[in-house]
Amino acid sequence: METSVSEQVPVLGREARRSHARERLSGDRIFSLVTLGLAAVIVPLLAGLAVALTTASMPSIRKFGFSFLISSQWDPVTDLYGALPFIWGTAASSAIALVIAIPLSLGVALCLSEMAPVWLSRRLGFLVDLLAAIPSVVYGLWAIFVLGPWIRDHVEPLLATYLGFLPLFKGPKVAVGLLTAGVILSIMVIPYISSVCTDVFRAVPQTQREAAFALGATKWEMVRVAVLPYGLTGVTAAIILGLGRALGETIAVAMVIGNSPQISASLFRPAATLASVIANEFAEATTDMYVSALIELALVLLAVGVALNVIGRLLVAGVVQRRFDTRVG
Amino acid sequence: MMASTPHRERPYIFRKVKSDFIMAVTVAATLVTLTPLFLVLGYLLTKGAASVNWAFFTSLPKPVGETGGGMANAIVGTFEVVGLACLIGVPIGVGAGLYLAEHRGGQFAQAVRFAADVMMGIPSIVIGIFAYALVVRPMGGFSTMAGAIALAALMLPLVTRTTEEMVELVPHELREAALALGVPQWRTTLSVIVRTALSGIATGVILAVARISGETAPLLFTSFGNRFWSTSLSQPIATLTVQVYTYAISPFQDWQRQAWAGALVLTAIVLALELGVRWITGGTAKTAR
Repeated sequence: METSVSEQVPVLGREARRSHARERLSGDRIFSLVTLGLAAVIVPLLAGLAVALTTASMPSIRKFGFSFLISSQWDPVTDLYGALPFIWGTAASSAIALVIAIPLSLGVALCLSEMAPVWLSRRLGFLVDLLAAIPSVVYGLWAIFVLGPWIRDHVEPLLATYLGFLPLFKGPKVAVGLLTAGVILSIMVIPYISSVCTDVFRAVPQTQREAAFALGATKWEMVRVAVLPYGLTGVTAAIILGLGRALGETIAVAMVIGNSPQISASLFRPAATLASVIANEFAEATTDMYVSALIELALVLLAVGVALNVIGRLLVAGVVQRRFDTRVG
Repeated sequence: MMASTPHRERPYIFRKVKSDFIMAVTVAATLVTLTPLFLVLGYLLTKGAASVNWAFFTSLPKPVGETGGGMANAIVGTFEVVGLACLIGVPIGVGAGLYLAEHRGGQFAQAVRFAADVMMGIPSIVIGIFAYALVVRPMGGFSTMAGAIALAALMLPLVTRTTEEMVELVPHELREAALALGVPQWRTTLSVIVRTALSGIATGVILAVARISGETAPLLFTSFGNRFWSTSLSQPIATLTVQVYTYAISPFQDWQRQAWAGALVLTAIVLALELGVRWITGGTAKTAR
């Protein structure tokens, strides 16, 4: 790449200048081509991912067509597959996760951006971030042996007693099921939602806050009229991104959801998600159609995940420019 | 803005109490959120520490039904798969990041940036299935290489975006100064820009390593697992995460005990990376997501 700056180097002799220019040109050329080549890996990789999954799930797509998405039959014995139980399980467990995670994340974000002094906010933010650092399998292990039994012994009886008239909270109390999966998921997505929300709230101009205070608002009134409306888009984006995380989370969910492809209104019942059934059954899938159907589940997961991620990022890009993707400092 | 707006003339004390109450709730929410962190770490320390012993680090897993044994092969396996993933993912990621930083507005750069962002949102199990279709099927079996490729694909967008971000933080004057001295563009990039951004880039790489070290889902159908030492890249290999997963859902008590030990070691590795980086960078580093 030629630059005007280096063209104006007059001190070198003509020969030297020429060889210098050649060397620079070739060096720049090579370097530029190498980085271009490396950057060019990413786009085909993504395209290849979509193509590979589509090709591999073609047998299943051809055989079942659209009914794959609405059939609730998942039967390896007769080789008939429908994704509905897993779509239900994914939606239900993610919904539970969001119901718990949204208020907590908003609380954390407000505490970090509006309440805590800078030194404390930083340390608390760090701890919340650590929640995202703990491996999924460790959460799963903890959920099997600690969280699940605790929910069975303490949370489910309480829900059954006071809200038992709802079909959601009927049925036998077990440690593995939608509820446990939803709770562990919520713990795992809170750091993602809350860190975006914190960034969004911090991006609210200080003048907005001062204006509200100048009008005599209390802290909460200030938050309600100045911070929350300003951050609404960003919070929506954070929730969408959190949902994307929850839908795709595999191992922790696979360990505690019970893995049974059934659709039941009760949150105490075992279920299975798109990701968890892949994790559980892929290695033992015997027929080609079985494998193909499982890969089609991955394709569904890919499509939903990508869609949510793109929407979330487009929303968040407008609010906190360039701070979400890689935040350092 | 309904009930409590100032012009409704509610006594200030009510509004003040309400405000304090709500703000106290946000503090409570933070404490509730952090509780699982301390609980998980606490259980790991008590249950895990009680199960870790010398054999855990030095011996191979025992067959079903026999107690004892360890996860030596899985610990080494994790380092092996993650190391290989870095060999693939880091050069590509850093190179791509440099390209993005140098061609900020270019159309192709936009496309790459977008693709990297989209990849970050893809569930890791989907990446695992991709690596299965791409590597395991053609090669005819589970392999160390397949696991490394899956993890490399996971870390690639993270490294790319952090590198870009770090390079952009380098003041433009540095580049201009180097170019004004007649330094070729590529040398400017490598010895001035990358050098200046090096600690930031390294931070991004280490955080990406921490992230992939804890991944289980993409390894299930790629590197699979192995009860013995894996001696070739085309063989399946045991990793800590998959081993903990298998042991945790097993009905055997001794395996469950070892799952806790494995989880402790795994978490220690991941947290050491995360904490180490933050400590070095003064607590400002954050994971790309």
